[in-house]
Amino acid sequence: MSGLSLFWQRYRRNRPAVGGLVVLGLVVLAAAFGPLAYGIDPFDMAGRPSTLPSARFPLGTDVSGRDILAGLLAGARVSLLIGIAASLTATLIGSAVGATAGYVGGWLDAILMRVTDFFLTIPSFVFAVLIVAIFRPSVAVITLAIAAVSWPSVARLARAEFVSQRHREYVSACRAMGMGHLEIMLRQILPNALPPVVVIGSLTVASAILAEAGLSFLGLGDPNIVSWGYMIGVARTVLRTAWWMSAIPGVTILVTVLAINLVGEGLNEALNPRMRPR
Amino acid sequence: MSPLLAVKGLTVDYHGMHNAERAVDGVSFSIARGETLALVGESGSGKSTIAHALMRLIPRGAGSVSSGSIAFEGQDLLALPEAAMRAVRGGRIAMVFQDPMMALNPVHRVGRQIAESLLAHGKATPRTAIDRAIELLTLVGVPAPEKRARQYPHNLSGGMRQRVMIAIALAGDPALLIADEPTTALDVTVQAQVLAEIAAIKSRLGMAMLLITHDLAVVSETADRVIVMYAGRMVEEGNVEGVFSRPAHPYTRGLLEATDWEGAASDRMREIPGSVPNQGEMPPGCAFAPRCAIATERCRIERPSVERALHGGGVSCFAAGSPS
Repeated sequence: MSGLSLFWQRYRRNRPAVGGLVVLGLVVLAAAFGPLAYGIDPFDMAGRPSTLPSARFPLGTDVSGRDILAGLLAGARVSLLIGIAASLTATLIGSAVGATAGYVGGWLDAILMRVTDFFLTIPSFVFAVLIVAIFRPSVAVITLAIAAVSWPSVARLARAEFVSQRHREYVSACRAMGMGHLEIMLRQILPNALPPVVVIGSLTVASAILAEAGLSFLGLGDPNIVSWGYMIGVARTVLRTAWWMSAIPGVTILVTVLAINLVGEGLNEALNPRMRPR
Repeated sequence: MSPLLAVKGLTVDYHGMHNAERAVDGVSFSIARGETLALVGESGSGKSTIAHALMRLIPRGAGSVSSGSIAFEGQDLLALPEAAMRAVRGGRIAMVFQDPMMALNPVHRVGRQIAESLLAHGKATPRTAIDRAIELLTLVGVPAPEKRARQYPHNLSGGMRQRVMIAIALAGDPALLIADEPTTALDVTVQAQVLAEIAAIKSRLGMAMLLITHDLAVVSETADRVIVMYAGRMVEEGNVEGVFSRPAHPYTRGLLEATDWEGAASDRMREIPGSVPNQGEMPPGCAFAPRCAIATERCRIERPSVERALHGGGVSCFAAGSPS
């Protein structure tokens, strides 16, 4: 059996994870084709402000008369884009730092891990707010800010994996074969250390989406795009009279983050050798 | 002709928390081209450390070669720059490890692992590597090599895995093969097969071999010469035939008597009383003196040097040759 079908067989056993994957698939589809198919600019004053859901506006309009469904679809793009890009960046930086520290050891390990610890002691959301506030809020800055506060936990995990793999006999065998350190790190140890890193990377997507929502709720989002957090931020002033305006993007964030977490949990069970039945 | 490998006065210390531990103490030996030398001893006698010292694979923080020299094919391995040493590893000296399940990378197909070894030493191009890997699998007696090459280590049996390890070792076309307990982790039934395979390939390719084992039966079947190690020191060396028929050192005699095999001098198994001394409790004289039945006062204070033995090899014992 090929590795992929074996993986799917294990993943399928976790029902909630399959559900999460379906929901996540729908969100991805909505982000990819929704804005084009729906065809309404989320910034347009499409109708009267604060209307209830109707045939013309399936989810109603917000305080400025903008179509909420159009905002939701455009926001899906932003949330997924920033979530995935920030997570990838954080995973790359974290893996590089953790792998180097774990493989080389000694004083380099000590220095890299103290730097990592230093980052971990700063409350991450406050740190992200600080970075975005210093630079001009844009998709790139927000992504890098979220990545900058997310990499340390990846680094710690990658380091732990590399430390446990470094003294395995197959590493000695590769050395005895004449392989160099970089080749051993990237081509021999990394594939062994990857499963937990993939899992934490997928969970980082969820926390990055939450962080982005938080930033744009506080008005630190990219002003040129609509995002879910921004929609909640706009609607918070009318929370008592038009609760659905905040509730709709809020529930969307909740469902998306929950789906990603379920997928991450499913990946963990399918990839983690310790949870694999013999 | 100078020997392929000449080791002189090799001393290896492991750095403990407070004190250095001497794992190998002034060991000298040489291996001629095509010859098989066996290193025999209990675990902790320093035989694996010698192998790792030859490959310069003792982790920097853990220990180091304190003195001695290793001359291989006219090069001083201890003085070689790291880049040149990498070409020696796997290229001129290859190693087969004890447990092939641990020594193979679990996430790569075995064909790829052999191919990586070929590519590391320029013995194949990326296009030809897999075909050459399949040839090597055939050479080491793996049936259906095309199918096996696409499998992962956990799909193979222990004997097949060790054959894959041997194929990886052969990939660089080495002049010296270090086999560190190559059959210990295998089922008894396949031990003999794998050993015969190694011996056959060795003679076909004209390689020399350093065989590390605690199994005297393996030594008598495979090796030309033998070195008996005790607590990091060499106690006896010589031709297998001579050492086994006329062991000069009381420890060698004890080992032979403690082993149940056809060639053993006695038909009754006997154990050696006591245990290997811990580092730090090493006696000032002969390391074996506390367990030795014929030890004298001199053995306890003075360390014997390696002298010529009756069987033509060397022995490190004051009472060598005298009947016990």
